[in-house]
Amino acid sequence: MGILEVKNVGKRFGGLQALSDVNLSVKENSVHAIIGPNGAGKSTLLNCLVGKLIPDTGSVMFDGQSVLGRAPYEINQMGISRVFQTPEIFGDLTVMENMLIPCFAKRDGAFELNAIRSISEQKDVLEKAEQMLVEMNMADKRHMHAAAMSRGDKRRLEIGMCLSQEPRLLLLDEPTAGMARADTNNTIDLLKQISEERDITIAIIEHDMHVVFSLANRITVLAQGTPLVEDDPENIRGNPKVREAYLGESA
Amino acid sequence: MDAIILQILNGLDKGSAYALIALGLTLIFGTLGVVNFAHGALFMIGAFCAVTLSRILTLSHTIIDETQKDFLGNPLKVDVPYVHDIFGVSAGNAIIDWAVPLSVLFAIPIMILVGVIMERGLIKHFYKRPHADQILVTFGLAIVLQEVIKYFYGANPIPTPAPEAFKGSLDFGAIIGFDPNIIIYPYWRIIYFAFAAVIIGGVFAFLQFTTFGMVVRAGMADRETVGLLGINIDRRFTIMFGIAAAVAGLAGVMYTPINSPNYHMGMDFLVLSFVVVVVGGMGSLPGAVLAGFLLGVLESFASMREVIDIIPGINQVIIYLVAIIILLTRPRGLMGRKGVMEE
Amino acid sequence: MFNLEKSDLTLLIAVAVLTLFAPFILNPFPADSAMAQFNAGYPDLMQRFVIFGIFAIGFNILFGLTGYLSFGHAAFLGVGSYAAVWMFKLLSMNVIPAIILSVIVAGLFSLLIGFISLRRSGIYFSILTLAFAQMMFALAYSVLTPITGGETGLQLALDDPRIFGQSQTPEGNIPVPGLFGLEMRDSFDLAIGSWVFTFNIGYYFCALVLIASFYLAIRIFRSPFGMMLRAVKSNQQRMNYTGLNTRPYTLAAFVISGMYAGLAGGLMASMDPLAGAERMQWTASGEVVLMTILGGAGTLIGPVLGAGFIKYFENIFSKINATILHEWFAFLPDGLEDFIVAILYPFIGKGWHLTLGILFMMVVIFLPGGLVEGGQRIAAWIKGRKAGKTTAGGKTEPAE
Repeated sequence: MGILEVKNVGKRFGGLQALSDVNLSVKENSVHAIIGPNGAGKSTLLNCLVGKLIPDTGSVMFDGQSVLGRAPYEINQMGISRVFQTPEIFGDLTVMENMLIPCFAKRDGAFELNAIRSISEQKDVLEKAEQMLVEMNMADKRHMHAAAMSRGDKRRLEIGMCLSQEPRLLLLDEPTAGMARADTNNTIDLLKQISEERDITIAIIEHDMHVVFSLANRITVLAQGTPLVEDDPENIRGNPKVREAYLGESA
Repeated sequence: MDAIILQILNGLDKGSAYALIALGLTLIFGTLGVVNFAHGALFMIGAFCAVTLSRILTLSHTIIDETQKDFLGNPLKVDVPYVHDIFGVSAGNAIIDWAVPLSVLFAIPIMILVGVIMERGLIKHFYKRPHADQILVTFGLAIVLQEVIKYFYGANPIPTPAPEAFKGSLDFGAIIGFDPNIIIYPYWRIIYFAFAAVIIGGVFAFLQFTTFGMVVRAGMADRETVGLLGINIDRRFTIMFGIAAAVAGLAGVMYTPINSPNYHMGMDFLVLSFVVVVVGGMGSLPGAVLAGFLLGVLESFASMREVIDIIPGINQVIIYLVAIIILLTRPRGLMGRKGVMEE
Repeated sequence: MFNLEKSDLTLLIAVAVLTLFAPFILNPFPADSAMAQFNAGYPDLMQRFVIFGIFAIGFNILFGLTGYLSFGHAAFLGVGSYAAVWMFKLLSMNVIPAIILSVIVAGLFSLLIGFISLRRSGIYFSILTLAFAQMMFALAYSVLTPITGGETGLQLALDDPRIFGQSQTPEGNIPVPGLFGLEMRDSFDLAIGSWVFTFNIGYYFCALVLIASFYLAIRIFRSPFGMMLRAVKSNQQRMNYTGLNTRPYTLAAFVISGMYAGLAGGLMASMDPLAGAERMQWTASGEVVLMTILGGAGTLIGPVLGAGFIKYFENIFSKINATILHEWFAFLPDGLEDFIVAILYPFIGKGWHLTLGILFMMVVIFLPGGLVEGGQRIAAWIKGRKAGKTTAGGKTEPAE
């Protein structure tokens, strides 16, 4: 029984069957990659997991609880954090503030009228954010406006923000899309380190095979809205069906 | 039944004005992506074009008429409008009488010019700024425009009558088989409605059947793609702004006989027109027109004595109430598209 | 002190000193001099400074922090005024219960209106708040006349059934609002040389409320809650995916700013016990937007500066007339004098709104950060010049 269990999920947009009969089981503490050609339904599936979309059929269980019908913030509070394709951070705020917000969300929940005591008086959260900044290697940037950082740093900050919530499942949506090779490798190293050092499950949607095969220990191939095959990386590499799905698209 | 028809008719002229202003607002929003709080001021400027023309036409010089004596027995001083000198007395009087319809011709170039200057001079710089900034700067512009008009024309409403030929009312009830004098409707309001219908039809036809219109519609749907095709969409959008200004201005010109223009009429209509646009669906031209007429008619129904007796004050708030209900139940308005103005 | 950072404490002290010494600061010219018309140190105007300051501080908590542009906040001010006047009519002439009720009633109204309006964002939110405010204005003006006094406004009468206190003074007058025996309208004049300074009880009461409001605003700005509100403005998507529910945050900001508006309305009624529907009109809402933007939205001091600036110049500009202009430019040759007066005339007196509109556009176009940003730019420029002298070509720090 995996930490995330997707059963018979289907989703239709008008005339397009975006997902049909998707079954997926993500094992605890694994790095599970979901790959597939463009239009295979990867993003739709992800959106169904985080509450942005509600599937027409099927169920999505996280740690034995259904996530369906819950708002994104509720699902996050259950322990699922999401990293976006283009880094979603608070651009107008400083790096430190960016890190403080998830720490407060972790401590105080979805809403707390914490309006009188100043941030500097709330040492527990401050220390935690500080520690996370150090771990992410960006303590020297704490007073910088987040929007002014490089793309690689933004990605690093976003991952750090997600980690500071101590999620049980980290969802990544093409985390290296549009990145230079060096930034991509840095991100791969960071994610590797995270999965080794922390008690965390990672599910990653990715286009770049280099990233997938460097990180994943389990892979699901999605094609035309339905899982083609789920296996270990070695077996996926040689699977003719997978080759066909990819080559068929590019040919 | 007769009361219902009467209220529908009553609602049409106000609805026409709402529809015309909302149409222009939507054109500007749809093409340029700008929320224009100064659009009401364009309506008002149009109305003052009519005032100006009728003042120009009645510009006079004083002559001494030896044939007439005043009460002291001196020769009478008479003001003679210049148009009498140019066109003769009877033609001159006819021209003065027809000042409002003539203002339509006078207003078109002026309004297009005003619109183009506004777009090139101010709005252009706000395409990339947040909507709040657009609202604020056009709000400031609206204040400036209305204060300028107030400075030159004073604070009081200026009566601007319709031509003699259109005074009086049509006994509409008698025509469709009711008793006489139950459903009477002023001629000028019929003309206003017809005028509005022609303008609206004209704008739609223009967008539908000309190449220019096609590009603009494509631009409303997807600005970037059209820009990539190498079409100079910006210049077309400037022209579109001019057209939107002209539509609002003409609505103002023709509205003067219904309501004497004053400097704050623009703001009064603007708030309601915005509500109309939002109800119709931000960015939808048919939605704007439909909502304009719908709310105009609704407002007129809510003003019926029978209705007010049941719900006092409903006539004052009906439009806002409908807007609130629609926005909450159909967030995109009656005919709005997805994702417009939703941050 | 007060658990504030040093810079915030400085700001608070500056505001406190400015408001408490306002009767001196605003009356720099001798009473009989020609410049006396620029004095602003009389109670009525000073009260307006601080009351609108409070209104703008509250508005800024919503607009400055979350970016939600409400075009209906004057409605809460109006509601607060009505509540206070009713308290005077029915309970007592003491301003404390009146103001408390103002804040509560405004809070309830903003809770209801905010709950509905905040279901939408962007321009839709603006239109919804505008629609609600216009609705309340229209109703107050017409149907609700028994409660609001309609066109004439709500006033005290000689036969008000006041529970605590009398309906009339022994002289047969309507009693005036007060604070445990101190009458709000009471003033005392201090003449020093040819200067006259007026100290008004009502003003000082308002000033203390302003200082308290400002202090509370600082606390909110520096709290996690304030940071969350800025996060709402910056990226709602990230908020949602960080386990935060944005709706209660924005609603709380809306209600807090509505209560500030109610407080301002209650104070207004306490200074002059009447309330009219025109206070709720959307142009009045536009005015507070203007004050906030002009001063600097999202900054602490901006709204106070904006409110003071606008109210001061409104007063001064409206008082100048053609005769005064002619006096000023009398030193010029006649033709030139007339020419300059003719050019300036449209902007003064009743033309104040024209000046205001132009000013507003200028600020949005050239100085979106308002007066505060302007000040920072000047400071940075001076700093840059100083630095430039020591190290040629030194880089200037961008203003924060």
